[in-house]
Amino acid sequence: MTTTTLPNYLEDKQGKKGLMVWLTTHDHKRIGLMYLAALSVFFIVGVLIGILMRLELLNPGKDIVDPQTYNSLFTLHGVIMIFLFVIPGIPAVFGNIALPLIIGARDVAFPKLNLFSWYLYMFGAMLALGTLLVGDGPPDTGWTFYAPYSVKTGTNVTMAVFAAFILGFSSILTGLNFIVTIHRMRCPGMSWFKMPLFAWALYATSWIQLLATPVVGITLLMIAVERMLGIGLFDPALGGDPVLYQHLFWIYSHPAVYIMILPGMGVISEIIPTFSQRRIFGYKAIAYSSLAIAFIGYFVWGHHMFTSGMSGPARVIFSILTFLVAIPSAIKVFNWLATMYNGSIDMKPPMLYAMGFIFLFLIGGLTGLVNGALAADIHIHDTYFVVGHFHYVMFGGTGFAFFAAMHYWFPKIWGKMYSIKHATRAFWVLFTGFNILYFPMLVVGIMGMPRRYYDYLPQFHLPNEISTVGSWITVLGLVYMIVVLIQGMRKGEKAERNPWHGLTLDWQTDSPPTLENFEEIPTVTEGPYEYK
Amino acid sequence: MDEQKHHIVDYLTNIKVWVALAVLTILTVWVSEFNLATLTVAVALSIATIKAILVLSYFMHLKFDSKILIIMVLVTLVIFLSMIIFTFFDYLYRK
Ligand code: HEM
Repeated sequence: MTTTTLPNYLEDKQGKKGLMVWLTTHDHKRIGLMYLAALSVFFIVGVLIGILMRLELLNPGKDIVDPQTYNSLFTLHGVIMIFLFVIPGIPAVFGNIALPLIIGARDVAFPKLNLFSWYLYMFGAMLALGTLLVGDGPPDTGWTFYAPYSVKTGTNVTMAVFAAFILGFSSILTGLNFIVTIHRMRCPGMSWFKMPLFAWALYATSWIQLLATPVVGITLLMIAVERMLGIGLFDPALGGDPVLYQHLFWIYSHPAVYIMILPGMGVISEIIPTFSQRRIFGYKAIAYSSLAIAFIGYFVWGHHMFTSGMSGPARVIFSILTFLVAIPSAIKVFNWLATMYNGSIDMKPPMLYAMGFIFLFLIGGLTGLVNGALAADIHIHDTYFVVGHFHYVMFGGTGFAFFAAMHYWFPKIWGKMYSIKHATRAFWVLFTGFNILYFPMLVVGIMGMPRRYYDYLPQFHLPNEISTVGSWITVLGLVYMIVVLIQGMRKGEKAERNPWHGLTLDWQTDSPPTLENFEEIPTVTEGPYEYK
Repeated sequence: MDEQKHHIVDYLTNIKVWVALAVLTILTVWVSEFNLATLTVAVALSIATIKAILVLSYFMHLKFDSKILIIMVLVTLVIFLSMIIFTFFDYLYRK
């Protein structure tokens, strides 16, 4: 392909001025960047709250905040991280930016709907943060809004729930957009099994977004109705059943954890073959395991409820099903390792983050099995073991995959390159800090320290101290990483169109691409990973 | 979207479906008078499912659409049914 003389998408303002270039764009890449900007801000706010909590937990007793504030802090931290960061996360940012590029399309199927999703997301996010400012103070229920407490607390739950509802719509529309895009806009020659694995992962994710999100929408509305009209759905005093709330909540929120992790796995499946210069091992197994995870993921929600009074047979069934879902996840991990075997591995930052992902996700996944084992969970439910576990999967897994994607597509997005040396160092700081921050949580959880308390018994002091120190190192790593990327974006050297020697279509077009991505829609004849 | 044909459902069929829906609605109300114990939900949902299938097939033209769409709806239905069945593993056996 020849280099075009058309302006790239960052220069091509289509006759618009100032902010309007962004706010009225239909270009998938710009919309992706708008998500990136918003998500980054929320992520940083979430991290700051995390740091505050860790400061409070440095010593037993009160350090900096009182109990009620602490309750609101972990709720806000959870709501921001879950609903504003990890759920939209990779699909909204890198799905938008990369999906049309890797399948050889000019845009997503419904560009206007795509922009509308972004506005919905921003509106929902503003509502969520607005709970801080209006009413009787921010919600203190935890991000799960469990009834009956969420129905009774005087804090601003209705608004937060409504925010989650709006955010759900944004998620549904993005899912719909991607499903249609993948079905209808693949370039000539790209059959389903010639499609890059990131697209497969997004496809599976989109189905979860589409089918599971309405359930939480309805559930949250039921909470709102119960709060405002006093209809007894969940409150036992009114004849309702609080466990029903938990069922409905987790029917969505468990599949939602696959909304978080599947796209991350897709990113890793792109990076590993590129940086090993090897054909991916078990392409079909990885593709199908995405679908399998999405499917089985619908039926394991009960493992969040082992201690909440669910019937015995239900608990056993959910525990067995939980073990099943580990199989497709393990299939992926083994395939990645087999891909790297004998490859010429290039330890550039995207690959480092990908390998960091595998390591941390492994810990997260295996501790997940401990939680999924019915008998073990009775002991560790609602302890810091769980907090450690889900940070390993969500932050160590999805978070690191997000960073991997950021380093991987950076040259494509900006047409510039960051400093490899400093990005590598930042990775190591972050990775070290991460483990110092979260590993002690696993230990102190097994020792019996419950989650969601601002205070703890003296015997838990040491692990908490270590963890808080880890949080400082983690933040240092994050700041370092962000500074390196911003420097690269502003002053980095010009990047080639294919700096990593990838074979997928995103690397066959200009960096940054033009508004229409490809001068001519490409035709593919072989699979995406045919290295040597 | 060139391969898409427009299928037109004639008035008579539409009216038949409409009548069937109305009858099924009446049936739902009538059945609720009886105490079916554990079967209550199953019966109500079965009738609702038949109604949904009618609406999907005729009013939403699924019957005349490409197979892939039908498969998508079926998968959705299976997932939805499983969710309900699994929830009832809790309710039916709770002491
Ligand atoms: C430096 C970064 C972070 C720190 C220091 C941090 C710290 C913490 C701590 C100490 C808790 C436990 C609060 C308690 O139970 O008393 C917590 C809860 C939580 N964190 Fe983080 N976290 C960080 C990043 C993240 C990220 C990246 C995510 C998601 C991607 C996340 C998601 C959550 C969730 C969902 C909860 C549960 C909130 C609840 O109990 O309702 N955190 N975090």
